[in-house]
This record gives sequence, structure tokens and C-alpha cells, in this order.
Amino acid sequence: MATADANAVVPSSQPSNPKPRPIVRIGTFLISHSALFSLICCAAGILALFLLPVLAKNTYVSENALMPGSANPMFSNHDTMEANRLVKDIMDLKLSSGIAGIEISNLLGKYMTERDADVYHHNFHVQKNQFHLGNFFSDSSYSWHMKENRSCAQYGINTVAIIRAPRGDGKEAIVLVSPYNSTNIRQSDALSLGLSYSIFSLLSRVNWLAKDIIWLAADSQYGEYASVAAWLKDYHNPSFLDSDKSDDCTCPESNALLGRKDSQILQVVDGKEETKDTLSIYAEASNGQMPNLDLINIVNYLAVHRQGLHVKVAKLYSVLNAAWLRTVGQIFEFIGKTAKIVNPQWGFGISAADYVEGTATLASSIYYQALGIPTGSHGAFRDYQIDAITLEMSPRFSLYNEVRRSDFLLRGGRLLEGVIRSVNNLLEKFHQSFFLYLLSAPSKFVSVGIYMIAFMLLIIPLPMVAASLYSGPNKRESSARTNNENPDPAAAIVTSSGSKSWKWLHAAKVVFVVHLWAGLVSLIPYLVNQLPERTPTACMLVWVLLSFVSLIILYWIAGSPYSYKISHQSPNMEWAILKAVMISVASIGLGLMSIINYATAQIGAIFMVPMCLLVHPLKHAGNAGKLRVLSLTTSNMVLAVIGFPPAALLLVKGWLEGFDGVSLGDFWIWAETLWTWNSATYLYLVLIHLPCWVLCMHILLHP
Amino acid sequence: MGIIQPVLIVALVVLGCFNLCYGGEEFSEELLLRPLPDRKVLAHFHFESTTPPTKDYGHHHHLFPKAIYQLVHKFRIRELELSFTQGRWNYERWGGSDPISSSNAKPPGVELWAIFDVPLDQVDATWKNLTHTLSGLFCASINFLDSTTAYSSPAWAFQQSSGSIRYGALPREAVCTENLTPWLKLLPCRDKSGLASILDRPAIYRGFYHSQRLRITSNEFGSEGIEPGIDLEQTLTIVVQPDDQRTSTSYSSGKMLQPDWSIRSIFGRKISGTCVLARSSSVFLELESTLVSELNKVGVDNAASDGEQVYPGVELSVAPDQVIKERKSSSVLFEFSVKKHDYKPLDIGVKWKYPIVWSCVQAPFQANRFLMGSGNERGSIAISLRATNHQRIIVGDEFRDNCEMRVVIFQVVPWYVKIYFHTVQVFLDGRLEHTPAVIEIIQVSPSEDRVSPGVMEIALRLPCSTVSAVITVNFDKGFLHIDEYPPDANQGYDIPSAVVRFPDIQASTYYLGENSSQNSPILSKFQENNPVLSYTEVLLVPLATPDFSMPYNVITITCTVFALYFGSLLNVLRRRVGEEERLLKQKAAGKTALLPLILSKLSSKLRGRSREPSESPSPSPLLSNKLIMKVILLAGLAVAWHFYFG
Repeated sequence: MATADANAVVPSSQPSNPKPRPIVRIGTFLISHSALFSLICCAAGILALFLLPVLAKNTYVSENALMPGSANPMFSNHDTMEANRLVKDIMDLKLSSGIAGIEISNLLGKYMTERDADVYHHNFHVQKNQFHLGNFFSDSSYSWHMKENRSCAQYGINTVAIIRAPRGDGKEAIVLVSPYNSTNIRQSDALSLGLSYSIFSLLSRVNWLAKDIIWLAADSQYGEYASVAAWLKDYHNPSFLDSDKSDDCTCPESNALLGRKDSQILQVVDGKEETKDTLSIYAEASNGQMPNLDLINIVNYLAVHRQGLHVKVAKLYSVLNAAWLRTVGQIFEFIGKTAKIVNPQWGFGISAADYVEGTATLASSIYYQALGIPTGSHGAFRDYQIDAITLEMSPRFSLYNEVRRSDFLLRGGRLLEGVIRSVNNLLEKFHQSFFLYLLSAPSKFVSVGIYMIAFMLLIIPLPMVAASLYSGPNKRESSARTNNENPDPAAAIVTSSGSKSWKWLHAAKVVFVVHLWAGLVSLIPYLVNQLPERTPTACMLVWVLLSFVSLIILYWIAGSPYSYKISHQSPNMEWAILKAVMISVASIGLGLMSIINYATAQIGAIFMVPMCLLVHPLKHAGNAGKLRVLSLTTSNMVLAVIGFPPAALLLVKGWLEGFDGVSLGDFWIWAETLWTWNSATYLYLVLIHLPCWVLCMHILLHP
Repeated sequence: MGIIQPVLIVALVVLGCFNLCYGGEEFSEELLLRPLPDRKVLAHFHFESTTPPTKDYGHHHHLFPKAIYQLVHKFRIRELELSFTQGRWNYERWGGSDPISSSNAKPPGVELWAIFDVPLDQVDATWKNLTHTLSGLFCASINFLDSTTAYSSPAWAFQQSSGSIRYGALPREAVCTENLTPWLKLLPCRDKSGLASILDRPAIYRGFYHSQRLRITSNEFGSEGIEPGIDLEQTLTIVVQPDDQRTSTSYSSGKMLQPDWSIRSIFGRKISGTCVLARSSSVFLELESTLVSELNKVGVDNAASDGEQVYPGVELSVAPDQVIKERKSSSVLFEFSVKKHDYKPLDIGVKWKYPIVWSCVQAPFQANRFLMGSGNERGSIAISLRATNHQRIIVGDEFRDNCEMRVVIFQVVPWYVKIYFHTVQVFLDGRLEHTPAVIEIIQVSPSEDRVSPGVMEIALRLPCSTVSAVITVNFDKGFLHIDEYPPDANQGYDIPSAVVRFPDIQASTYYLGENSSQNSPILSKFQENNPVLSYTEVLLVPLATPDFSMPYNVITITCTVFALYFGSLLNVLRRRVGEEERLLKQKAAGKTALLPLILSKLSSKLRGRSREPSESPSPSPLLSNKLIMKVILLAGLAVAWHFYFG
């Protein structure tokens, strides 16, 4: 870049010199006006983010083989009677025996055997994942250790039934999961088991099955995810050694069919009183992975157009009532209307209410993806590249009303039958439709090609500003030198590249040391976890303390960032180069993160990009106007506070729940959740965001 | 005289041939029905054509299909078996060690093996030609077995034979009527009369399992056989669930009553006569030994009703012509001769009086195979053997401690699943065994990329007390070239079934009749000593699959890059820097072109200033103004166009 700049500067003094190539000219132009362009880009990025609900497209079933709703449902009132029979049996069992742990499993086994299915009982024991040094990402998020000295009763027991497709070859299967809490079974759990059973018994009779059906009645006393994940783990990696399982428990190691599975997870809740029977779809799996959009499409299509259910996806309700959002929506509505007047074909306007709804849904979609924690037990399937979603149905009336319940079961059963039939048609695995998308409504989505624009616009200023910062001091000096001493441009280039091009080395060393420190910080929780009798606040304090100590030690070893005194003649240049290197490293980090988890990178970029761009040493506020200095300092201070992850979390928590309940330990708890679920967000926060913040602090406090 | 003599000769020849024909070529048709424990019915059609050797009999045939005869002669086939199967044979419920299940339970899709009587170096070429011929003959994609990656030559695990055996399987082949019709064409009566006439296509393909099989045994070229000639055996095995009117009938004990069925209720037709060319034409109904003993337990406290009652609890709609008992076990075979029922259609049916639960005779081990691991990188294959109740019956409890049972496993794995044979592990009853202690022989031929599949032949020696044995072997998943992916690549890749053989146990039943078992081909087939075979499941391996729109993207990007490259190259080649500089200098000297002059005048007018002299060293603001003007003009035109005509 140094040569390009030298070239760009030289023509003014020597008109005979040939003009540089246009692309170089554009580059130099952008770099020299980087402040303006970065402002435009950031503003455009934020605007693009707010435009996403407007740009959302309607979903469509992409895979032709699915053909949802093309067959008449076979699920009838007879099947709902079956469901009611099982529900009644389960509730009787609960009444008669009080606690119904293994009895329910046995009862389910009996019912399944009646349907000519192969029945297995899967015993598992859940142990929570601790922070381990080696196995972050490498292991699934829960580990199961069968201990020999435990008796069978202390395990959770999943009941698994398999229907073999009459003419299928057993290579593929559809999994239906119905979680229930075996220690305290509720009416809704029983109902979900009953509904699953009625569908299962229907499927054991039909002749169109091409894939095997696996019904997993998951014992969710240790959490829904844990039981499903335990089953999946034993399914994929069964153990043949005796020492791993206790003798009196039968384990399903004879999983004769393995291969591809597509899955739905069913859950009925006795929900709030809704105006309509409602179906909620949960899809987010770990680290922002989503199931194929077609799976959501067929569920949505069948629920809305066949069964008349109201379909919901999660929303951020706090956003719904925001006045500013409504205003933004009204502006977009107005623009849309105006555009429609100009050309009737430009139909991109949506109403303000739709916009607010879409934004709330989109925000929750981004939030759950960014968090990296699955929203239900379908996350366990996604870890094995199996597409899965959780369906949760809440009826309009109380579930104790028999007539309403039958109607509700009928609709739910027909929906599930339709979905299973549609998936059953599939020849290949889900691959046609989108995997990278955000939902802005159950029937609207924003694909990766569109939402990436906002992120790219946000991140483009970073390399540009880095280049301009790096070339800025160089340019000044080299031009000064050219004017004063050396009229020969070639010599100027040589000298500048000879002495200046290694300037960044010290800055790079500082950045490297800080990132090394961040790596250490990310491992400290392992030490903290070894402490006896720890409270979250104490852990947090220890973590902060150890981080601080390690930073000091590292500086003591590698030298402090302010120890570089060679360029004392231009103190400006030193922080500028440090900032340039920090910004380029941050842009690389954000880019990498956007590949792993787009939503995290997007939210991170909103915080990080302004912080990186605006950071300026407090002592060198410059000789601009007073107002400008003041605003720069204020914005720097504000960004420094909200750019620090714990502070940001506490602020958000305090804003949402009131500042009374906020304690320092909250961040520890949150971080613990993140690493328990192996969320990449933890890595992002500690390895990318934190060092960037620390370097910003360095620049702010630059002497 | 001159006329009469040839006529006489011709008549003599014809007569002689006639005698020979009926002494030589034979065709027989038989159907065996058997109720299955899980309320289904097995129907097994068996057609057999034989012809004497060519050297005695000549090339012309009356009954024997010409296509098969030519096939045998062209490719010098000693033995060939081709099967088309849909569905999975349920070894647990439908039996595993009787002759029907061990020779007619086949893996899904197409399986073909053949032994040739050609020199060893010609075997591969002959196999290739054979697959193409069969592909044409049976309207199936058997020709995909011609590449060396698709077939293998098992040394000893599949059959005890010389090196001229070739084995190949296509697990994904869809089987339908287009394969059945050519198969039926090989029968002398087609499906126009005889037993084949009840083969109603919807009834067959509605079933839970159907497998059509063709087996050729010829002794045309060798001399070691006992019966010279060519033997063509065609079987069709189907498992159907009879329509049940009494589904809800449940007895107090919770047992379900078996459904009543008849030939008409299963196939929708009755047997209306024999194929006149058939030497024998009979229907058998088999009751297994376990079922018979259950029936005997039911007792005799019931009075015979309208039908023909042979056992308490079972009623036949037609009286059998003969009842044959098995020599070793208590299995019973009822024979119905179709010829004797020629005057009215034969509709054999079974009615059940009591709910009866029995289980089939299973193979000593139930073999299952499954994949372990996830992801696109590696995994492992596990073959699990679980002891069944049958083992106790065969071995007896007292001998269990010191006896051993041999199990032979033959497995072919495509090259893109790279098996590491050194990772073979054997678990017996939950313990990891020292491999040489359990494995008697292991012979592997590692796969070669794009050349040959990996073949694994293992002979295990298991103690009879083994409850479960698991063999695992690890593999890496390979990468394929873009043109090597099959259609529907996202479906995954099939690993053909492994064959598990129990050489110690013979699947044979000896039915002793007064006269029929000597002539009945199906019963003599049952008496042959065939080892018990079972096939494992087909596996589906998901491999890393590219986005197939990628070539398009790559082509677009490459074209763009090339266009840019050639554009700039052309620019560099065309431009003469010295010339341009000279021109620039000329321009600077005052010779501006007409249009820029006018424009600059115009712009200076618009600015309300006098035009500066043209010696100005930097024409760039003027130029950019011009550019901006042009752009604005164009944009205005475009907007106007769009607004009024768009």
C-alpha cells in the first residue's frame, strides 16, 4: 500500500508521471476518504439490518418430492380413542401408584408391543458437562457415564419402539420423540404420549411407509435434551463392553437400522388460553444451526392450510411494544406506499404492524442463533446432521374437556401424519432448501444472501480504516521527505519502505500478546472449577483477578505496549498503527465468526465495529472543535463500557429485569451455560471480543 | 417311392425326436404355502425345467427356454443365480434355518453370482458380457455390475468353489413388474395357465416381501456332476398379509386369532388348472414342527365341523391328496394335486379355530449389521450375532460348554468406504476377545481406489454358549470425483448385504411320501444339504456430497476471471504508452477536439465564468464534470424510459 500511496501523491508534483491504474485510484480514493465511507457503510449496515423484515421472502416448499398435503389424512376419530385410552391408563397409573417412573415405561412398552413393534428400553444416566480443557467442541455437550454401583432405578429410562417399513429396506428412519417427565407426569405429557401413540399405531397399519418409524418416549426428568442426546449417542456409538452397562438393564445396542433420520419432536402443552389452537415451532439448534427450511415449510403449510392451526415461532416480546420500532415501521410503510405510487410493480412495502411483528420474530431468531444453545431437544439431532424440529401445541380450551380434546387430538394427529407422510416421500436427505436463514414469520424467511449484506456493510470499513490509519503517518512523512530532501520519487519509496514497513511489528507484538492472554483467560474457568465450595460471584471475581494477574505477568515477560519509545517524535503514529493492526485482526476474527455462527458475528459487529472505529486516545483528542472532542470522548467512554461483555450483559439484564437482582455472578452463570452447551459464542466473546476491547482500552489510555 | 422315402424318414425323425423330447425335457410347477407366526402367509412358487445334455439331445428344445440355453452355452456357465428382491426377510419371525429361508431369503435389490467353466483369465470378460446379456433379458440395470468396482470373487466364504466364481449385488435396484414379465416368459405356459396364472401383479407387489429367483445349474461342460444337462429353477417367494375380517377378535388370553385365508383371498384368483406341459403340478401346505406341536397341545375336545379337519384348531377347505410327515421333526406337508382338481378350480384355504402362538425355527444366530459413528469422515461397521432359541434345540444344553460353532462372514465393501482391516475387533458377550482366539481364518483383499472393492471373508469359531458376538471394523469415507456420483447422490451410498453362513448346520428337510417325494422337484430340493445362509441389512453410508450447482458457479466465476484477464491483457498489448504521452502533449499544446471544446464552453457558460485558457494543467475537474453530466443524462433517460414504457 505504501507504493500505491507514494504513486498517488507523486503526480501532483510531477505531472509527466503516468496515471496509476483505475482500480488503484479507486482504492486510494476510498482510503483517503475512509472516515466518510465508514460512516456511510456503518449507517447502511444498520439500515440493512432494519430492512431485513421488509426484504423477507415468503417460504416455499423447494423439494418437489415432499408433496405436502397431497394425500387425504387417514387419522380418524378411532385413533383419537386410542390416544385417550393411553392417556387414561397413564393418569390412572399416576393416581394409583403416586410416582410412576418405570411403570410408565412398562406400560408404553406393552402398548408398543401390541402394535407389532420392536420395543427397547434405554437406560441412561446424565452427568452435566464440566469445563474441560481438551474437549471443547470435540465432545457432545453432555457426557454419560454408566457407573456400575448405581442401580437401575436411578437412571432415566427411554422407551423406544421401531416399526419396520413393510417394503422398505430399513436404511432410513423417521424419529418421533415425545418427552415426558417420568417423576411427575402431567396431563400434557400424557396427552403428548397419547397422540404419539395414536400416530404410531396408525403408521403400523399403513402400507405407504418407505422409511422405518422410531418412536422415542424420552424420559425427561433430567431435561428433554439430555435424554434425547443420550439416546442418540448410544444409537450412534453403542458400547459392546459389559463394564459400561449394568446387567439388569436392557440396552438397545441392537439398533439394527442406522442411516439417515429425519425427525419431528412432538410436545403438547397445556398452554395459555389462546384464541386459536396454536402450534409453536422451535428450530434453533446449537451454534445457530437450523434444520432445513423445507421441514418448517411443510409443517407450516399443513398446519395452516390443512388443519387451520395458528402457527407461531418465538418472538422477543419486549421489542413488540417499542415506540421507536413502530415509527421505523411507519417510515418504511410510507416509503413503500410512495414507491407503489411511482411504479405499481414495486411491492416491497409492508404495514407497520407487520414490520414490528417481523422484527420481533427476527430479533428472537437472531438472539437464539447467537446464543448457540438449542431451544429444545431437536438440538441433539442436529449435532448428528439430522434435521429436526420441535412442535408444541397449545389448545384453546382446557385439556380436561373431553370433546374439545378429541378434536384437538384429531387435528394434531392429522398434522403429524401429513408431515410424516411428506417426509416419507423423500428420496434424498433434506438438501434442496435453505440451511442458513432467519425466520421473520412462520412463513417468511431471510436467506443468507440477504442478511449477509448487513454484516458485510458493517465489516467493510474495518480494513479500509486500517489501511488509511497505516498509510496516514507514512504518507505524511514520505510526502514531507519528498518535498524537502529527495525529489526522486523512486528513492522516496525505497526509503519509506525500508524504514517504515516494519513499524507495525511492535503493534503486532502487542496484539499478539493480548490475544495470547485472551487464550489464557478462556482456559481459566477450568482452574476456577477446581475450587471447592464456589459461588458464582466468587468464581467471577477469581476469574477477573486471575485474568488481570496473567495480563500483568504477560506484560512483564513481553514488555508493556507503552514501552516502545523509538517513535517519540510522532506519538500519533504509534497508536494509529496499533489501532490499524487491532482493527485488521478484529475484522479477521469477525469474518471467521460469521462462518461459524452468523448471528453472533452480527451482534458482535454491532458492538465492535463502532468501538474499533471511534477509539481515540483521550490525551490526543486533537485540535478540532470542542464539541467534536466532547462527543468523541463521550462516545468512546460509552462504547468502552458496553463493549465489555460482562458490563453489557449486566446492563441488558438490569434493563430487562430491574437492577436489584443483578449481581456479578450472573456473568459467570451465563458463561457456564455457554460452555456447558459448547457454544461458540463463548469462544467469540473471550478470544475475539475481549482482546479487542482490551486493545481499545490501551488506545484510549495511550499516553 | 422317390417321394415316400423322405416322408418316411421325416416321420421317423419326428417320432424319434418326440420320444426323446418327452424322455428328456421336463417341466414341473409347484406352489408351497405356509402360515407364518406373525399372521402372514408365505407363498413359494417353484418352477423347474430340465434338459438333457446337448451331446445326447441336440440343440433344439420344446420346453426349455432358448434364451437360457444360449446363455449357458455362450458364457459356459456352470452355475448361476440371479435374484430380484424387494423388502426384508424377517429372520426372526419367518424362520432362518429351513430350506426356503436359507435359499430364498435374499438381500434387497439384485444379487447375481455365477460360476463359469472358462479359463481363469477369461472369467472377468465373460462376467461382463453375462451382466449385459442378463440386463437385456430381465430389463434391469444388472449391467452396472460389469465394472470391476462392483463385483468380487469370493474365495471360500460364499461358496466352496474354484476361482471362477463372481459375485455382485445392486442393493438399490427397484424391482417391479418389468422384471417379473421376462421371468414369466421363461415358463412354457407363461402365466396363461397352470400355477403361474394366479400371479396377480398387485397381490404380489402389495406384499411384505417378494423375491424372484432364477438358478441355472448346468453340467454341459464338466463331467463331475451326476445328472448331466441343464437345470433351470425359477422360484418366486412372497410374504403377504391376508385381509382379515376379524381383526378385532381378541381372546381373553390376549392372543390374536390367526387370519383365515385362501388362495383366492390372497391372490384374488383360484387355481383353474395345470399347465399341460408340466410333468407335475401340485400345491403344498406346510405346517412347521413348532406349529404342529402347538396344535397338538390345543387338545381334541372339539367336534369337527363342516370343513376338513386335520388338526385340532385348523381347518382346510379342500381335502389333501396326501399327508407327508418330515422324517426328523414333526413338520407336516399336505399335498394337493392340481390335476385331480381339474374339473373345478382349486381354492385351498385355512381356517383357524383357536389363537395359536408359535415361533419359527431360526438360524443359530440372528445377524444384524449396522453403522456406528457420525459425520462425513469416518465410522465403523458392526456385525452383531445374537444367539436365538434355535441354538439350544440343535445343540442341547448339556453339550453347550465344549462345543463350538463356525460362522463364516462374507462382506463386500465399495472402494469409497475404506476399511481398515487391522481394526477388526471381536466382542463376545461383552468382552473384547483376543482376535486370533476367535477368528479361525480371515482373508481380506483391500480395496483399490476406482479399481476393486474391498472383500472380507472371516471364519469365526464361537463357543456354543455365546449369547452375543459383535465384530467391528473401522473405515474412512473417501471422496468421489464429481462425475462418479450416482443420481440422487444426497441419498447416501449403499453397502451391499453381508452374507453370514453357518457351515455346521444343514438346512434340509426330508419329507417322506409314498411316491411323490421322488418325483417332486421342490421336495428333492428341500433334501439337498445346503448350509444355512442369512443376509444382513443393506447399509446406507452418507458421504460428503458437493453442491451439484457448483460446476455452474465455477464455470461462471472462471469465465469472469478469464474475461477480466483477457481484457486487461488485450489492453496492455494494444496500448502504446509512448504514443499516448505524445498525444497528451499534443492536447496540452492546445489542439482540443471539437466536442470537449463545446462542452467545456457550455460548462463555463453555465458556471457564469469565462472559460479558462486551455493550458490548464489539470483537466480532471472538467472531465469529471463531463462524466457526471453524462451519467445524470443517462440516469434521467433510464428513469423516464422506465416510468413511461416500463
